[in-house]
Amino acid sequence: MAEPILEVRNLVKHYPLTQGVLFKKQIGAVKAVDGISFELHKGETLGIVGESGCGKSTLAKVLMNLERATAGEVLFKGEDISKLSGAALKAVRRNIQMVFQDPYTSLNPRMTVGDIIGEPFEIHPEVAPKGDRRKAVQDLLDVVGLNPEYINRYPHQFSGGQRQRIGIARGLALKPEIIICDEPVSALDVSVQAQVINLLEQLQGEFDLSYMFIAHDLSIVRHISDRVGVMYLGKMVEIGSDEQIYEHATHPYTQALLSAVPVPDPTGREGRERIILSGDIPSPANPPSGCRFRTRCWKAEERCSTELPLLAVPSLEGPAAHESACHFAAEREVEQSAA
Amino acid sequence: MPDQEKYNAADPLAEAGTEELEMPSAVENRTFDLGTMEAQSLIKPERLQDHPEAPAADERVEARSLWQDAWRDLRRNPIFIISGLLIVFLIVMAVWPGLFASTDPLKCDLSKSQQGVSSGHPFGYDNQGCDVYARTVYGARASITVGVCATAGAALVGTVMGGLAGFFGGWFDSVVSRIADIFFGIPILLGGLVFLSVVPSQSIWIVVAFIVVLGWPQIARISRGSVITVKQQDYVTAAEALGAGSSRLMVRHILPNAVAPIIVVATIALGTYIALEATLSFLGVGLKPPTVSWGIDISSASDSFRNAPHMLLYPAGALSITVLAFIMLGDAVRDALDPKLR
Repeated sequence: MAEPILEVRNLVKHYPLTQGVLFKKQIGAVKAVDGISFELHKGETLGIVGESGCGKSTLAKVLMNLERATAGEVLFKGEDISKLSGAALKAVRRNIQMVFQDPYTSLNPRMTVGDIIGEPFEIHPEVAPKGDRRKAVQDLLDVVGLNPEYINRYPHQFSGGQRQRIGIARGLALKPEIIICDEPVSALDVSVQAQVINLLEQLQGEFDLSYMFIAHDLSIVRHISDRVGVMYLGKMVEIGSDEQIYEHATHPYTQALLSAVPVPDPTGREGRERIILSGDIPSPANPPSGCRFRTRCWKAEERCSTELPLLAVPSLEGPAAHESACHFAAEREVEQSAA
Repeated sequence: MPDQEKYNAADPLAEAGTEELEMPSAVENRTFDLGTMEAQSLIKPERLQDHPEAPAADERVEARSLWQDAWRDLRRNPIFIISGLLIVFLIVMAVWPGLFASTDPLKCDLSKSQQGVSSGHPFGYDNQGCDVYARTVYGARASITVGVCATAGAALVGTVMGGLAGFFGGWFDSVVSRIADIFFGIPILLGGLVFLSVVPSQSIWIVVAFIVVLGWPQIARISRGSVITVKQQDYVTAAEALGAGSSRLMVRHILPNAVAPIIVVATIALGTYIALEATLSFLGVGLKPPTVSWGIDISSASDSFRNAPHMLLYPAGALSITVLAFIMLGDAVRDALDPKLR
């Protein structure tokens, strides 16, 4: 396998909970991201799924250095970027860019499209000389499938899908190697979702991009990803190729998530067995001891509350042998319905 | 890829549009150009409904910012037109009072004290025998100067302090907010009586400075809140992710989006500052004669209101109309800038 372009090691992000007005005393921490490790390879798409509040967006912000990591390392081509600041950080930002969830709030309403997409060039003047910028912006508009003549329009004159294309063009401007997509299509109509996903796939081929694709829509993640990581309460519970995750999931949480995917076929819907989890996701300020998922898991035993399961390859045969953080990792013994 | 087929089937644009691509962006070998098609499908129906003829299409291409939208709204708002015309009239009167009154407001004749209307003197005479009409016209300058300068000063100080506090947060925010609270807590009339009575100078700028000192916390609170709201928007995060520094974030992204509520509050405050100047002058601590001011005139006329009501009514009426005009303007601007009404 190719050299990893981005390597995350034991990444931790805790938000302190404080008490008192003048003399702030820390009384605890929200463990939004709590020890995550994974690799992203060149030209690959890594999907990250998990329910709301599991730390997906925090992970993206820490990787982008928009939030300081509490501990751990983010290695970009072998260099730790999580502690950089100033000019070094600015230089590294050229390589990692982000596409945001909500196309209605991610574009400055007071700037024209040309200014929005041209801003990366103003911040990093070495990327495009001053005279070429207008042309560069028009090229970017063309690349994302918008009319280059729209350069003087304002964001409110565009639809959601078009705005997301503008956001993608802004992310592409600095010719980054990695783009982190934080739920880039969840705010869009289903038909427009497909267009934006197809655009992202086409751009990946054109510019040799690596994506980290955060979403909660499992079918979109499967469509676009080469590998998928499943997060629960700040931890990565299972990671593997999309076939390994979707067809041979070994972690009970992944199995429960997959069983909740809507099936468009009514006859198939009758036959399948859903796993219905009881209870709510526990508070990340006070997570359960041992395995984070044990409070909602039907396989939980005494061992789960005392011993933290590590993300490791269980001793299973075939495609089920991929990293999974469960003491009792095993494929689910049910006939998969035609999903 | 079964998923992809599913998406394409669900997407009416995917089939409908492929032949109509004629925009220059449609590079031949690109299989889809749906963004442009989306744009066409959005624009075309409206164009057909509203404007059967083609030339009108250019109107939609014209870029409109929020300010241009606000201006379009304002031009149709009768309250804005009335208050705007009044304010223009008042400003002209403040700059060139000689255009409206030929009599010198300081040329008085005691023998005509408190006399009523006579030819060439439509508002009559005051205690000192000065022409009330001339004094009302010339009084506009003091009121407008104090109002405009105090508002500009308070808006500048308040925006900078509140904006920086909101942007940087932390201990700086705490310190600025507490200082603002201290000034906010001073009762404005009591503060005026104490502060202005110990200052020997009688200049108009002392009054302006006093209003700025007590007025900035109000603007600072608004601008702090506004900056905090804007700072959390994704486009600020996006600019930060691109590597933008603090000054670029503040000037390009936060200030233009945070300034609308500040303008609204400042416009309304302008009216109240004019009233405040008159109040302070009435109490004898604001402007002092020989400066001509509505507040001074109201004060000196109040003793003989029953004998000669015209001495009080004209300057008081001018003051009320001026304050009302600015507050109405502020109201209209707020309506035009309020995104919830769009």
